[in-house]
Amino acid sequence: MAHKTSTTFVRASLVALLAGAVPVLAQGPPAATIGTDLSGEWAPRFHEDQPERIPGPDIGDYLGIPLNAAARLHADSWDASILTLPEHQCKPHPADYSPRGPANLRIWREFDGPSQQLIAIHTHISWQQPERTIWMDGRPHPPEYAAHTWQGFSTGKWDGDMLTVTTTHLKMGWIRRNGIPRSDKAVLTEHFTRHGEYLTLISVIDDPVYLTEPFVRTTNWALDPHQQIAPYPCQYVVEINREQGYVPHHLPGTNTFLGEFAAKFGLPLEPTRGGAETTYPEFASKMKDMTPAKAAGK
Amino acid sequence: MRRHAVKPAFVPKAAAAAAAVLIALVYAGAGTEARQAPQPGAGRGQQPPAPAAPAPQGRGGRGAAPAPAADAEVHTLFVQGNIYMLVGAGGNITVQIGDDGVLLVDTGLAQNAEKVVAAVRTLTNKPIRYIINTHVHPDHVGGNEAIGRLGSTIAGGNVGAGAGVGAGILAHENVLNRMSAPTGQQAPFPTTAWPTDTYITKQKELFFNGEALQIIHQPSAHTDGDSIVYFRKSDVISAGDLFVTTTFPFVDQARGGNITGIIAALNNMLDIAIPKAMQEGGTYIIPGHGRLTDEADLLEYRDMITIIRDRIQDGVKRGQTLEQVKAGKPTLDYDARWGATSGFWTTDQFIEAVYKDLSKAKK
Repeated sequence: MAHKTSTTFVRASLVALLAGAVPVLAQGPPAATIGTDLSGEWAPRFHEDQPERIPGPDIGDYLGIPLNAAARLHADSWDASILTLPEHQCKPHPADYSPRGPANLRIWREFDGPSQQLIAIHTHISWQQPERTIWMDGRPHPPEYAAHTWQGFSTGKWDGDMLTVTTTHLKMGWIRRNGIPRSDKAVLTEHFTRHGEYLTLISVIDDPVYLTEPFVRTTNWALDPHQQIAPYPCQYVVEINREQGYVPHHLPGTNTFLGEFAAKFGLPLEPTRGGAETTYPEFASKMKDMTPAKAAGK
Repeated sequence: MRRHAVKPAFVPKAAAAAAAVLIALVYAGAGTEARQAPQPGAGRGQQPPAPAAPAPQGRGGRGAAPAPAADAEVHTLFVQGNIYMLVGAGGNITVQIGDDGVLLVDTGLAQNAEKVVAAVRTLTNKPIRYIINTHVHPDHVGGNEAIGRLGSTIAGGNVGAGAGVGAGILAHENVLNRMSAPTGQQAPFPTTAWPTDTYITKQKELFFNGEALQIIHQPSAHTDGDSIVYFRKSDVISAGDLFVTTTFPFVDQARGGNITGIIAALNNMLDIAIPKAMQEGGTYIIPGHGRLTDEADLLEYRDMITIIRDRIQDGVKRGQTLEQVKAGKPTLDYDARWGATSGFWTTDQFIEAVYKDLSKAKK
């Protein structure tokens, strides 16, 4: 093991010296690579998935999501009125969804002064101002009995100039804002890459509770040094005076809105119900034999 | 400190033999309630399901509970204010520490008492003054005797010397009723484990370690003797098994539990909890089993149980049989996270309990 460590050290030092990027100290371990600097003010780009991300998804639009029957029932039962409950009003988007919304993004780095080691990368996003800390110092994730948070617990490592982040300890959240759930058992893997003034995030959600396959999305930003992110305070209020404990939802089989999305776009109902099969190109050929949904009353 | 005429409410007829079995299991450490549903995709840091123990019968026992591993470790997690959470001793244990000494909410399984004391001693050398029991189950009161004996409550005046021996043990009176037995009958727990400082009202108040505590009874919920403990300055709720992050709620109908009471208790805790910002932090809630939580986690759980209740209620209203309700899969969207097909508390048992409660309410 010692030999391997030594070899690794020599190899890393040589690479660093050749690259001229990282000074190698005579004493102590080599400085951890710090990859590319992602710091800055980043303005979101919405060319991808804009209808879903900004106006919001239609009820019953499960297109392209490898969800299972449990997730489908959860979404079928979801009633947007639940967001009127005071306890639901100020929920921020969780780490996996936050980049998808109004997501003006700030990234900055934190260094340990004496050693100049990169300790963490921080992010701040505009809507509901979620802040994340991506630990870069090799610390372990907390035990399972520790609290889960909206942003989870994140650790990062550099794969060349690509920052790969692993996040656990997420609260139960959502994959799409129409009731498609993401469980608190999910693990989020993210890959950040910078190409000049553009930043791309590839996110992968593995959820053993609600997904049958990993769910992959990409999101983009452009550098905007003049960006100013406003504060985003949230104060919940009683919007509707209801009896204690009322939870809006649709009983199974009673949600009459589920077919509207398919009818609106002239799609067969089947692909709108989602599932891994519908995410593959071969499914398009099957759709030829399916009947487009019709709007109610037509 | 009050001594109570003990009512035989805990002991159903012809239960003596079964009681002996349960007592034996309790003191052998097998009669536990340390429930762990199979976790989907066992991820990092998750505990594997514990092996199943033989099923105790009678005395209101709901069948087999997974026995904790013999080498169970007790972990300590700082919560906030004066509060720590101990995990791994059976049910979660809340520890409040301050100048006045140590207060425990629940004591875990009997066989883990030494580990609990050792964990407390890593935090403070102050005496254990109080134990509060959230309910009667052995994974929450099992350490009462061993841990309580090491403590000392503050007593004196007219009660004389010796009154302060052992920690004071507090609970709702129904917990005492179920842990004790009328004269001449064998009690399921030794007298030194009994919560002899009880209350029969909506709540009991205590001021300890510089903060006010509300011990609030939640009638007919997980059992008939549930209390939540709210530490007002630390802003932490100790929920007992009214809220767990591991399974659907265990409705111990044999001991007076009812799904309606559980939902009411969840709503009451939601009323107490106030998040710090963006629906996170602020009031923390220590569940009976599982991980540390805040209001958002409690909210998801309340929403889930309410939705399932409404689905089953709809079936009851439409005259469906239990089998018809089960065939409708009213828990499908939550099964992979909260359900179990084997072990101590299965999804089927949960649905049956809810159906039974709601069917009774309909009549």
